[in-house]
Amino acid sequence: MKVFLDLIVGDPQADRAVPPTGMTAQLTVFVAGVMAFLAVLALALSLAAGRVADRWAEELAQASTLRLPASPDQADAQLRAAMNVLETTPGVAMARALTPAEQQALLEPWFGPDLPLDSLPIPQLVEIIADSDGYDQAGLAARLAAEVPGAVLDDHTRWRAPLVAAAGRLRLMGWVVIVAIGAGMAAMITLAAHAALAANEQVIRVLRLVGARDIYIARAFVRRFTLRAGGGAVAGAVLGVGAVLLLPRGDVAGGFLTGLGFAGAGWIGPLVIPPLAAIVAFFATRAAALRRLREQT
Amino acid sequence: MIELDNVSYGYGDHTLFSQLSLVLAPGSFHFLTGPSGAGKTTLLRLCYADLRAATGQVRLFGQDAAELDRDGVAMTRRRIGVVHQDCQFLDHLSISENIALPLTVAGRGAEATGDLEELLHWVGLGAQAAQRPPELSGGERQRAALARAVIMSPEVIIADEPTGNVDWEMSQRLLTLLVELNRMGKTVLIATHDMMMIRSLKSDVNARVLRLKDGALMQAGAEL
Ligand SMILES: Nc1ncnc2c1ncn2[C@@H]1O[C@H](COP(=O)(O)OP(=O)(O)O)[C@@H](O)[C@H]1O
Ligand SMILES: [Mg+2]
Repeated sequence: MKVFLDLIVGDPQADRAVPPTGMTAQLTVFVAGVMAFLAVLALALSLAAGRVADRWAEELAQASTLRLPASPDQADAQLRAAMNVLETTPGVAMARALTPAEQQALLEPWFGPDLPLDSLPIPQLVEIIADSDGYDQAGLAARLAAEVPGAVLDDHTRWRAPLVAAAGRLRLMGWVVIVAIGAGMAAMITLAAHAALAANEQVIRVLRLVGARDIYIARAFVRRFTLRAGGGAVAGAVLGVGAVLLLPRGDVAGGFLTGLGFAGAGWIGPLVIPPLAAIVAFFATRAAALRRLREQT
Repeated sequence: MIELDNVSYGYGDHTLFSQLSLVLAPGSFHFLTGPSGAGKTTLLRLCYADLRAATGQVRLFGQDAAELDRDGVAMTRRRIGVVHQDCQFLDHLSISENIALPLTVAGRGAEATGDLEELLHWVGLGAQAAQRPPELSGGERQRAALARAVIMSPEVIIADEPTGNVDWEMSQRLLTLLVELNRMGKTVLIATHDMMMIRSLKSDVNARVLRLKDGALMQAGAEL
């Protein structure tokens, strides 16, 4: 920490020992800005994917659906038998038959609002919410098969599992991208630092001749690159957050695409990106400078 | 202070000198003469650890120069003030900043202010303090180089052709400054091919004159 404080407070005299290098300075700021911008977007993507994965994995895991065969004459008896089974099943927290209005709402996107539900043989749906321990899936299915022939228990695993997996992958990919951005920035800064050191070879020789230690010379470069990378990253991160905020917002249940954004602890992410960029620049420049100075006589 | 013991050095295959020995005792004053290209600059660079002897031993303040690490070299150079043949300034800094540079890089920049004023006047550059090195004349630059060489109050002062591109009067002034430093107890080594200058100074200072020629170092006497 003290190293970074010294770096920010600095020694203005020492700083002047190395002449300002216009081109590499601007490029470093620019690269850090672009990288931070991309990192914020990748972070938003990763966080959103993570939220979706968690929601699908946890919330939906507790919900399943029972579908009763569409036989109008036995509908009431089947529903009673099914509810009976469900109510006596350990692990089932709640079982509730969907009302005709709810069933109509489910079908509306496909058939429009005027569907005469009563006159059609529509299967009755029962929503089942498991308690935290869950219930014995196979046992319940077997009992239902005996009591209510033709009933289908759907725990959503079939369609949920690949989606949860995909969202999980997406989250992982977001992190991989962020790490790759960090590594790319380290490489770019290393190149820029080498260019700056090469351009200042004569300056470095004079500094060595008057008794400067390598660490003193390295520090002059490290300080510059750290401040530039940090400054560029602040600008990039601000623009990145702006871009994320400009994306269309939806309600929380609105799904993945409208769920991009930062919430709560997620805001820490864009805040730590600039300091992280500065830390990456610090170590990349320091390593480049000390190595190069050792090679120079 | 500085001892060369059976030292040899050459660039590539070409050996400049071998079996060369030299002792600079504390408070001594040496001239190093010899034709251009004899290896005077090379010999001086060995003395401030800018070059490493191919064979033999260079001892700086009792330490084997070959065993100094990079920080050790830096620390040793703080005890040796050098006037380089080509001055070696930082052109983006002012003359006063250049003169104070050894203090700055040693982390003692704050100490510069008082001494610096005095030093600038001592070398007659009070008016040029804020100018950049390229704006100065050759003689002014060499005086600035001398000021930079002494600002750390080093024990040894090495000057490589300090009167290279200045007129007679200025070279007398510069040498007077070096003699003054020697009277203050500093060890002085000056490389020059200017015999006239040496003759003019012989009476002022108890100096030894060494001659480097054809790879050998000899005590000069007869030709003076
Ligand atoms: N860095 C170098 N690389 C190759 N040859 C050099 C180098 N420096 C000096 N020389 C050669 O070594 C010889 C001695 O040079 P130098 O020590 O500068 O002599 P002096 O200072 O006596 O004029 C010269 O022939 C010069 O060309
Ligand atoms: Mg020379």
